[in-house]
Amino acid sequence: MANQLHVEVVAVEQKVWAGEAEMLVARTTEGEIGVLPGHSPLLGLLKEPSQVRVKLAGGEQLTYDVAGGFLSIDANGVTVLAESATPAAPEQH
Amino acid sequence: MAGQVQALRRRIRTVKSTKKIAKAQELVATSRIAKAQERVNASRPYSVAITKVLAALASNASVDNPLLVARERVRRAGVLLITSDRGLAGAYNANAIRTAEQLIAQLRSEGKEVALYVVGRKGAGYYRFRNREIAASWTGFSERPTFADAKKIGDALIEGFAAGSETEGAFGSEGIAGVDELHIVSTEFKSLMTQTAQAKPLAPVQVEDDAEEQSEGLRPAYEFEPDADELLDALLPKYLNTRIYAALLDSAASESASRRRAMKSASDNADDLLKRYTREMNSARQAAITQEISEIVGGANALAAAGSDV
Repeated sequence: MANQLHVEVVAVEQKVWAGEAEMLVARTTEGEIGVLPGHSPLLGLLKEPSQVRVKLAGGEQLTYDVAGGFLSIDANGVTVLAESATPAAPEQH
Repeated sequence: MAGQVQALRRRIRTVKSTKKIAKAQELVATSRIAKAQERVNASRPYSVAITKVLAALASNASVDNPLLVARERVRRAGVLLITSDRGLAGAYNANAIRTAEQLIAQLRSEGKEVALYVVGRKGAGYYRFRNREIAASWTGFSERPTFADAKKIGDALIEGFAAGSETEGAFGSEGIAGVDELHIVSTEFKSLMTQTAQAKPLAPVQVEDDAEEQSEGLRPAYEFEPDADELLDALLPKYLNTRIYAALLDSAASESASRRRAMKSASDNADDLLKRYTREMNSARQAAITQEISEIVGGANALAAAGSDV
């Protein structure tokens, strides 16, 4: 548990994905940010439009196209909130 | 007598087909309630999360954001009324409109002008029929609102609110005049049997923070990217849109629940009518037969009496 990051990807109309991951990569208005377990609390506005990548323990990666999104990191993990979040086309990574 | 039987038979046919319509509407509404509730539940994680984030932000950012501060002088207030597109929903629309009217009367008595925005064909029709002015209306999605619908409404309203009543003219694609205050009238889905229309202030924003959350202890010291004020600027409109979306979903569930109840009592009533008319028809038919027999017997008796006289 300690080395896993709890990630939630939440769109307005539904929760898109929730689970444990190794790392999350997103792009805020300030620049790209990689989140590892134990990151300090942070609120960030995501760039428009942007992609959020969730790296899973098995080396797998989930990619979401996110619109109108922001990111909240607290002690419980990372929450990506978005007006819409759709899985990106698989050939992009 | 035979005429009466005919008339009753016709009425029974009418009631039967009415009952079919009511029954079908009832079934459709029942399945819609379940779907609407699913959507309400699906939208909950987002609204919980955004509320938490905003509460954290509000304690860090300076609170002079125009969406947060109450205006000193309120000249014009906006009221968003959510009604349904279709009728046959019992008192659903009447209740929502009555609540809105109370709010409007109250705002007027405080010396404010009222700009009315209406969602749903029924509400729009109500005001158009009475030749009363509507600032804007949106229709066609009351039973299945999407976030895009909420965003369309929210963006137009926020634009009007940001402009304020001091600025003259109309704003945005919907041509909304500036307002200093926003209220929303929607129907809260309490249970299948209870739905209540209620008015709530929408802007200036009061972040609805649950008391239980505060008892969790200290809020984490967040870093902000970009800085807190800029984040707040970006998040508040999203929060308002979420509130509108939640109200639309709640109202959609209430509309279906209200329709289901109205249609259930309509089809129950049709059952009662059918029973009564069938009984009436049977007794009318029996009366007709009895009368015919007694006429024949009476006629035969008269003939027999006349024959024996001669």
